[in-house]
Amino acid sequence: MEFRDNEAIYLQIAGYVSENIMLGKWAIGEKVPSVRELAVELQVNPNTVVRAYEFLQQRNVIANKRGIGFFATNNSMENIENYRKERFLKQELPEFFRNIYILNISLEEIGKRYQDFKSENY
Amino acid sequence: MIKLNNLNFGYSKKKLLFKNLSLTLSEGHIYGLLGKNGAGKSTLLKNIAGLAFPIDGVCSVKGFMPSQRLPGFLRELFFIPEEMYLPSLTPAQFAKSTGHFYPNFDIGHFNNMLNEFEVPLDSKLNKLSFGQQKKVMIAFGLAANTSLLIMDEPTNGLDIPSKSQFRKIIASALTEHRCIIISTHQVRDLDSLIDSLIVLHRQEIVLNSSLDAISDKLTFTSSAQLNGKKALYTEDGLGGINTIVANTEESYSKVDMELLFNAIITENTSVTDHLK
Repeated sequence: MEFRDNEAIYLQIAGYVSENIMLGKWAIGEKVPSVRELAVELQVNPNTVVRAYEFLQQRNVIANKRGIGFFATNNSMENIENYRKERFLKQELPEFFRNIYILNISLEEIGKRYQDFKSENY
Repeated sequence: MIKLNNLNFGYSKKKLLFKNLSLTLSEGHIYGLLGKNGAGKSTLLKNIAGLAFPIDGVCSVKGFMPSQRLPGFLRELFFIPEEMYLPSLTPAQFAKSTGHFYPNFDIGHFNNMLNEFEVPLDSKLNKLSFGQQKKVMIAFGLAANTSLLIMDEPTNGLDIPSKSQFRKIIASALTEHRCIIISTHQVRDLDSLIDSLIVLHRQEIVLNSSLDAISDKLTFTSSAQLNGKKALYTEDGLGGINTIVANTEESYSKVDMELLFNAIITENTSVTDHLK
Protein backbone atom coordinates (compact mmCIF):
# COMPACT_ATOMS: atom_id res chain seq x y z
CA MET A 1 0.00 0.00 0.00
CA GLU A 2 1.30 3.46 -0.93
CA PHE A 3 0.77 6.00 1.83
CA ARG A 4 0.07 9.66 1.23
CA ASP A 5 2.23 12.25 2.95
CA ASN A 6 -0.54 14.52 4.20
CA GLU A 7 -2.43 12.17 6.52
CA ALA A 8 -1.20 10.15 9.48
CA ILE A 9 -0.51 6.55 8.48
CA TYR A 10 -2.75 5.16 11.22
CA LEU A 11 -5.70 7.09 9.77
CA GLN A 12 -4.92 5.81 6.30
CA ILE A 13 -4.88 2.28 7.69
CA ALA A 14 -8.22 2.94 9.43
CA GLY A 15 -9.50 4.09 6.03
CA TYR A 16 -8.22 0.92 4.39
CA VAL A 17 -9.95 -1.27 6.99
CA SER A 18 -13.19 0.72 6.62
CA GLU A 19 -13.09 0.38 2.87
CA ASN A 20 -12.66 -3.39 3.05
CA ILE A 21 -15.66 -3.59 5.39
CA MET A 22 -17.80 -1.35 3.18
CA LEU A 23 -16.88 -3.31 0.06
CA GLY A 24 -17.90 -6.48 1.87
CA LYS A 25 -14.44 -8.02 1.62
CA TRP A 26 -14.45 -8.35 5.39
CA ALA A 27 -17.99 -9.32 6.33
CA ILE A 28 -19.98 -7.99 9.29
CA GLY A 29 -19.64 -10.27 12.29
CA GLU A 30 -16.51 -11.86 10.90
CA LYS A 31 -12.97 -11.56 12.11
CA VAL A 32 -10.79 -8.85 10.58
CA PRO A 33 -7.03 -9.51 10.24
CA SER A 34 -5.03 -9.45 13.47
CA VAL A 35 -2.70 -6.55 14.20
CA ARG A 36 0.27 -8.66 13.19
CA GLU A 37 -1.31 -9.94 9.97
CA LEU A 38 -2.22 -6.45 8.83
CA ALA A 39 1.19 -5.02 9.83
CA VAL A 40 2.90 -7.68 7.71
CA GLU A 41 0.53 -7.18 4.77
CA LEU A 42 1.04 -3.41 4.77
CA GLN A 43 4.71 -3.58 5.85
CA VAL A 44 4.20 -1.14 8.70
CA ASN A 45 5.08 -0.99 12.38
CA PRO A 46 2.51 -3.04 14.38
CA ASN A 47 2.16 -0.10 16.80
CA THR A 48 0.67 1.91 13.94
CA VAL A 49 -1.94 -0.80 13.29
CA VAL A 50 -2.72 -0.90 17.04
CA ARG A 51 -3.40 2.82 16.88
CA ALA A 52 -5.63 2.42 13.81
CA TYR A 53 -7.59 -0.36 15.53
CA GLU A 54 -7.99 1.76 18.68
CA PHE A 55 -9.33 4.56 16.53
CA LEU A 56 -11.85 2.21 14.89
CA GLN A 57 -12.82 0.67 18.23
CA GLN A 58 -13.60 4.09 19.68
CA ARG A 59 -15.93 4.68 16.76
CA ASN A 60 -17.44 1.25 17.18
CA VAL A 61 -16.49 0.14 13.67
CA ILE A 62 -14.72 -2.91 15.04
CA ALA A 63 -14.91 -4.55 18.45
CA ASN A 64 -12.48 -6.70 20.35
CA LYS A 65 -13.63 -10.11 21.52
CA ARG A 66 -11.27 -11.13 24.24
CA GLY A 67 -8.86 -13.81 23.17
CA ILE A 68 -10.33 -14.17 19.69
CA GLY A 69 -9.58 -10.93 17.90
CA PHE A 70 -11.30 -8.00 16.21
CA PHE A 71 -14.68 -8.19 14.47
CA ALA A 72 -16.64 -5.80 12.29
CA THR A 73 -19.59 -4.68 14.47
CA ASN A 74 -23.25 -4.95 13.40
CA ASN A 75 -23.56 -1.22 12.76
CA SER A 76 -20.06 -0.97 11.36
CA MET A 77 -21.17 0.59 8.05
CA GLU A 78 -23.23 3.28 9.74
CA ASN A 79 -20.35 4.19 12.06
CA ILE A 80 -17.89 4.31 9.19
CA GLU A 81 -20.19 6.70 7.37
CA ASN A 82 -20.44 8.88 10.48
CA TYR A 83 -16.74 9.19 11.05
CA ARG A 84 -16.06 9.72 7.36
CA LYS A 85 -18.64 12.47 7.26
CA GLU A 86 -17.05 14.08 10.28
CA ARG A 87 -13.64 13.87 8.64
CA PHE A 88 -14.92 15.33 5.37
CA LEU A 89 -16.56 18.28 7.14
CA LYS A 90 -13.47 18.95 9.23
CA GLN A 91 -10.71 18.40 6.69
CA GLU A 92 -11.81 18.43 3.08
CA LEU A 93 -14.62 20.98 3.23
CA PRO A 94 -12.46 23.86 4.60
CA GLU A 95 -10.00 23.20 1.78
CA PHE A 96 -12.88 23.29 -0.71
CA PHE A 97 -14.22 26.53 0.80
CA ARG A 98 -10.79 28.08 0.60
CA ASN A 99 -10.55 27.24 -3.09
CA ILE A 100 -13.98 28.56 -4.06
CA TYR A 101 -13.28 31.72 -2.06
CA ILE A 102 -9.95 32.33 -3.82
CA LEU A 103 -11.41 31.52 -7.23
CA ASN A 104 -14.51 33.57 -6.52
CA ILE A 105 -17.03 30.84 -7.36
CA SER A 106 -20.51 31.51 -6.04
CA LEU A 107 -22.50 29.02 -3.97
CA GLU A 108 -25.33 29.26 -6.57
CA GLU A 109 -22.99 28.00 -9.24
CA ILE A 110 -21.76 25.20 -6.96
CA GLY A 111 -25.39 24.29 -6.17
CA LYS A 112 -26.33 24.14 -9.85
CA ARG A 113 -23.31 22.03 -10.70
CA TYR A 114 -24.07 19.71 -7.81
CA GLN A 115 -27.63 19.14 -9.13
CA ASP A 116 -26.22 18.40 -12.60
CA PHE A 117 -23.69 16.03 -11.12
CA LYS A 118 -26.35 14.14 -9.17
CA SER A 119 -28.65 13.74 -12.17
CA GLU A 120 -25.78 12.60 -14.39
CA ASN A 121 -24.38 10.04 -12.01
CA TYR A 122 -27.13 8.75 -9.76
CA MET B 1 15.65 -1.83 28.50
CA ILE B 2 18.81 0.02 27.49
CA LYS B 3 20.27 2.80 29.58
CA LEU B 4 23.42 4.66 28.69
CA ASN B 5 24.44 7.38 31.10
CA ASN B 6 27.32 9.80 30.63
CA LEU B 7 29.09 7.27 28.49
CA ASN B 8 32.60 8.10 27.30
CA PHE B 9 34.16 6.05 24.59
CA GLY B 10 37.11 6.35 22.28
CA TYR B 11 39.28 3.85 20.47
CA SER B 12 42.13 5.90 21.90
CA LYS B 13 41.86 7.81 25.16
CA LYS B 14 43.08 11.00 23.53
CA LYS B 15 40.33 11.10 20.93
CA LEU B 16 36.86 10.49 22.33
CA LEU B 17 34.13 9.35 19.97
CA PHE B 18 31.37 9.76 22.58
CA LYS B 19 31.46 12.30 25.36
CA ASN B 20 28.90 12.12 28.19
CA LEU B 21 26.50 10.32 25.91
CA SER B 22 23.14 9.38 27.43
CA LEU B 23 20.38 7.36 25.83
CA THR B 24 17.38 5.38 27.08
CA LEU B 25 15.58 2.86 24.86
CA SER B 26 12.56 0.75 25.72
CA GLU B 27 10.83 -2.41 24.56
CA GLY B 28 8.11 -2.46 21.93
CA HIS B 29 9.80 -0.05 19.55
CA ILE B 30 11.76 -0.03 16.34
CA TYR B 31 14.46 2.61 16.62
CA GLY B 32 16.16 4.06 13.58
CA LEU B 33 19.71 5.20 14.31
CA LEU B 34 21.02 7.86 11.96
CA GLY B 35 24.39 9.56 11.80
CA LYS B 36 26.94 10.67 9.25
CA ASN B 37 29.72 8.36 8.15
CA GLY B 38 32.21 8.12 10.98
CA ALA B 39 29.80 9.55 13.57
CA GLY B 40 30.09 6.30 15.51
CA LYS B 41 26.80 4.49 14.82
CA SER B 42 28.41 1.07 14.61
CA THR B 43 30.57 1.84 17.63
CA LEU B 44 27.52 2.83 19.66
CA LEU B 45 25.81 -0.43 18.69
CA LYS B 46 28.97 -2.35 19.63
CA ASN B 47 28.97 -0.72 23.08
CA ILE B 48 25.40 -1.87 23.60
CA ALA B 49 26.22 -5.36 22.33
CA GLY B 50 29.31 -5.77 24.51
CA LEU B 51 31.72 -5.73 21.57
CA ALA B 52 33.39 -2.46 22.59
CA PHE B 53 33.90 -1.28 26.15
CA PRO B 54 33.27 2.26 27.41
CA ILE B 55 36.05 4.21 29.11
CA ASP B 56 33.61 5.32 31.78
CA GLY B 57 29.92 5.93 32.35
CA VAL B 58 27.02 3.51 32.68
CA CYS B 59 25.96 1.09 29.99
CA SER B 60 23.15 -1.18 31.14
CA VAL B 61 21.10 -3.57 28.99
CA LYS B 62 18.29 -5.53 30.66
CA GLY B 63 20.13 -5.01 33.94
CA PHE B 64 23.34 -6.51 32.57
CA MET B 65 26.62 -4.78 31.92
CA PRO B 66 27.34 -5.72 28.29
CA SER B 67 31.12 -5.55 28.77
CA GLN B 68 30.92 -8.50 31.19
CA ARG B 69 29.56 -10.60 28.32
CA LEU B 70 27.61 -12.91 30.64
CA PRO B 71 25.76 -15.82 28.98
CA GLY B 72 22.45 -14.54 30.41
CA PHE B 73 22.99 -11.29 28.53
CA LEU B 74 24.35 -12.74 25.28
CA ARG B 75 21.41 -15.10 24.76
CA GLU B 76 19.00 -12.15 24.93
CA LEU B 77 20.79 -10.26 22.20
CA PHE B 78 21.42 -10.71 18.52
CA PHE B 79 23.65 -8.37 16.59
CA ILE B 80 23.73 -8.39 12.80
CA PRO B 81 26.84 -6.46 11.77
CA GLU B 82 27.23 -4.63 8.51
CA GLU B 83 29.97 -6.94 7.28
CA MET B 84 30.31 -10.52 8.34
CA TYR B 85 32.57 -13.48 7.95
CA LEU B 86 30.60 -16.68 7.81
CA PRO B 87 31.93 -20.20 8.25
CA SER B 88 32.01 -22.94 5.65
CA LEU B 89 28.69 -24.47 6.77
CA THR B 90 25.27 -24.82 5.17
CA PRO B 91 22.40 -22.82 6.77
CA ALA B 92 21.10 -26.03 8.37
CA GLN B 93 24.51 -26.87 9.86
CA PHE B 94 24.91 -23.31 11.06
CA ALA B 95 21.48 -23.39 12.76
CA LYS B 96 22.37 -26.68 14.42
CA SER B 97 25.74 -25.53 15.73
CA THR B 98 24.78 -22.00 16.78
CA GLY B 99 21.02 -22.16 17.42
CA HIS B 100 21.23 -23.65 20.88
CA PHE B 101 23.01 -20.63 22.29
CA TYR B 102 19.57 -19.01 22.00
CA PRO B 103 16.94 -20.73 24.16
CA ASN B 104 14.03 -19.46 22.03
CA PHE B 105 15.59 -20.28 18.66
CA ASP B 106 12.89 -21.40 16.23
CA ILE B 107 14.27 -23.61 13.47
CA GLY B 108 10.95 -23.77 11.58
CA HIS B 109 10.81 -19.99 11.42
CA PHE B 110 14.44 -19.88 10.24
CA ASN B 111 13.73 -22.28 7.36
CA ASN B 112 10.54 -20.44 6.37
CA MET B 113 12.36 -17.13 6.17
CA LEU B 114 15.17 -18.63 4.07
CA ASN B 115 12.52 -20.02 1.73
CA GLU B 116 10.88 -16.63 1.43
CA PHE B 117 14.26 -15.03 0.81
CA GLU B 118 15.02 -17.75 -1.77
CA VAL B 119 18.34 -18.67 -0.20
CA PRO B 120 19.55 -22.15 -1.20
CA LEU B 121 19.64 -24.38 1.87
CA ASP B 122 22.44 -26.64 0.68
CA SER B 123 25.14 -24.06 -0.17
CA LYS B 124 28.01 -23.22 2.11
CA LEU B 125 27.53 -19.80 3.73
CA ASN B 126 30.97 -18.50 2.77
CA LYS B 127 30.24 -19.27 -0.89
CA LEU B 128 27.05 -17.17 -0.96
CA SER B 129 26.90 -13.62 -2.31
CA PHE B 130 26.96 -10.70 0.13
CA GLY B 131 23.20 -10.18 -0.17
CA GLN B 132 22.46 -13.88 0.36
CA GLN B 133 24.72 -13.97 3.42
CA LYS B 134 22.96 -10.96 4.82
CA LYS B 135 19.61 -12.68 4.36
CA VAL B 136 20.81 -15.77 6.22
CA MET B 137 21.95 -13.65 9.15
CA ILE B 138 18.72 -11.64 9.20
CA ALA B 139 16.73 -14.88 9.19
CA PHE B 140 18.92 -16.36 11.92
CA GLY B 141 18.80 -13.20 14.03
CA LEU B 142 15.02 -13.10 13.91
CA ALA B 143 14.61 -16.82 14.50
CA ALA B 144 16.81 -16.48 17.60
CA ASN B 145 13.86 -14.62 19.19
CA THR B 146 16.03 -12.49 21.43
CA SER B 147 14.52 -9.54 23.25
CA LEU B 148 17.10 -7.19 21.76
CA LEU B 149 17.84 -7.21 18.06
CA ILE B 150 20.45 -4.87 16.63
CA MET B 151 20.98 -4.50 12.92
CA ASP B 152 23.69 -2.43 11.31
CA GLU B 153 22.67 -1.40 7.78
CA PRO B 154 20.50 -4.50 7.23
CA THR B 155 19.07 -3.45 3.86
CA ASN B 156 22.51 -2.88 2.33
CA GLY B 157 22.99 -5.50 -0.37
CA LEU B 158 19.37 -6.68 -0.42
CA ASP B 159 17.70 -6.79 -3.83
CA ILE B 160 14.36 -5.10 -4.46
CA PRO B 161 12.01 -8.03 -3.63
CA SER B 162 14.10 -8.90 -0.56
CA LYS B 163 13.64 -5.41 0.86
CA SER B 164 9.92 -5.89 0.82
CA GLN B 165 10.29 -9.36 2.41
CA PHE B 166 12.54 -7.78 5.00
CA ARG B 167 9.90 -5.19 5.91
CA LYS B 168 7.30 -7.93 6.32
CA ILE B 169 9.60 -9.95 8.54
CA ILE B 170 10.37 -6.95 10.75
CA ALA B 171 6.68 -6.00 10.93
CA SER B 172 5.90 -9.47 12.25
CA ALA B 173 8.89 -9.52 14.61
CA LEU B 174 8.07 -6.55 16.81
CA THR B 175 6.36 -7.47 20.08
CA GLU B 176 5.89 -5.58 23.34
CA HIS B 177 8.85 -7.45 24.76
CA ARG B 178 11.24 -6.79 21.95
CA CYS B 179 13.45 -3.84 21.16
CA ILE B 180 14.78 -3.49 17.63
CA ILE B 181 17.52 -1.03 16.72
CA ILE B 182 18.35 -0.46 13.08
CA SER B 183 21.14 1.80 11.93
CA THR B 184 20.72 2.92 8.38
CA HIS B 185 21.44 5.42 5.65
CA GLN B 186 18.54 4.11 3.57
CA VAL B 187 15.72 5.66 5.56
CA ARG B 188 13.23 5.16 2.73
CA ASP B 189 13.64 1.39 2.94
CA LEU B 190 12.26 1.44 6.48
CA ASP B 191 10.04 4.47 6.40
CA SER B 192 6.85 3.07 7.86
CA LEU B 193 8.54 0.61 10.21
CA ILE B 194 10.73 2.88 12.31
CA ASP B 195 8.65 4.49 15.07
CA SER B 196 11.42 6.41 16.82
CA LEU B 197 14.40 8.27 15.54
CA ILE B 198 17.84 8.57 17.15
CA VAL B 199 20.40 10.91 15.67
CA LEU B 200 24.05 10.66 16.66
CA HIS B 201 26.11 13.73 15.87
CA ARG B 202 29.33 15.26 17.23
CA GLN B 203 29.91 12.79 20.04
CA GLU B 204 26.37 12.91 21.40
CA ILE B 205 22.75 11.99 20.89
CA VAL B 206 21.11 15.08 19.46
CA LEU B 207 17.68 13.54 18.93
CA ASN B 208 15.77 10.62 20.43
CA SER B 209 12.09 11.03 19.75
CA SER B 210 9.09 9.16 18.38
CA LEU B 211 8.02 10.11 14.87
CA ASP B 212 4.56 10.95 16.28
CA ALA B 213 6.08 13.48 18.66
CA ILE B 214 8.13 14.97 15.81
CA SER B 215 5.16 15.40 13.50
CA ASP B 216 3.21 16.99 16.37
CA LYS B 217 5.84 19.68 16.61
CA LEU B 218 7.08 20.12 13.06
CA THR B 219 5.50 20.42 9.64
CA PHE B 220 7.37 19.22 6.57
CA THR B 221 6.21 21.08 3.53
CA SER B 222 7.26 22.97 0.43
CA SER B 223 7.88 26.68 0.69
CA ALA B 224 4.92 27.45 -1.58
CA GLN B 225 2.60 26.51 1.28
CA LEU B 226 4.30 28.55 3.96
CA ASN B 227 1.60 31.23 4.18
CA GLY B 228 4.05 33.67 5.69
CA LYS B 229 5.24 31.34 8.46
CA LYS B 230 8.90 31.45 9.33
CA ALA B 231 10.88 28.45 8.10
CA LEU B 232 13.11 26.69 10.63
CA TYR B 233 15.09 25.04 7.85
CA THR B 234 15.00 25.08 4.06
CA GLU B 235 16.67 23.04 1.39
CA ASP B 236 16.43 23.13 -2.40
CA GLY B 237 14.65 20.06 -3.70
CA LEU B 238 13.37 18.80 -7.02
CA GLY B 239 9.83 20.07 -6.62
CA GLY B 240 10.69 23.41 -5.01
CA ILE B 241 12.16 24.31 -1.66
CA ASN B 242 11.70 21.69 1.05
CA THR B 243 10.92 23.35 4.32
CA ILE B 244 10.53 22.57 8.00
CA VAL B 245 8.27 24.89 9.99
CA ALA B 246 6.77 24.76 13.47
CA ASN B 247 3.48 22.86 13.50
CA THR B 248 1.09 25.41 14.92
CA GLU B 249 -2.18 24.17 13.43
CA GLU B 250 -2.12 20.59 14.69
CA SER B 251 -1.96 19.49 11.09
CA TYR B 252 -0.28 16.29 10.02
CA SER B 253 2.63 15.94 7.67
CA LYS B 254 4.81 12.92 7.22
CA VAL B 255 8.23 13.26 8.84
CA ASP B 256 10.79 13.63 6.07
CA MET B 257 13.63 11.86 7.86
CA GLU B 258 16.28 12.90 5.34
CA LEU B 259 15.30 16.54 5.53
CA LEU B 260 15.18 16.43 9.34
CA PHE B 261 18.58 14.74 9.45
CA ASN B 262 20.10 17.39 7.17
CA ALA B 263 18.58 20.13 9.30
CA ILE B 264 20.14 18.65 12.43
CA ILE B 265 23.63 18.13 11.07
CA THR B 266 23.96 21.61 9.55
CA GLU B 267 24.37 22.91 13.11
CA ASN B 268 21.02 24.56 12.71
CA THR B 269 19.80 24.61 16.30
CA SER B 270 16.35 26.08 15.60
CA VAL B 271 14.97 22.65 14.63
CA THR B 272 16.49 20.75 17.58
CA ASP B 273 15.54 23.56 19.97
CA HIS B 274 11.99 23.37 18.74
CA LEU B 275 11.86 19.63 19.36
CA LYS B 276 12.99 19.96 22.98
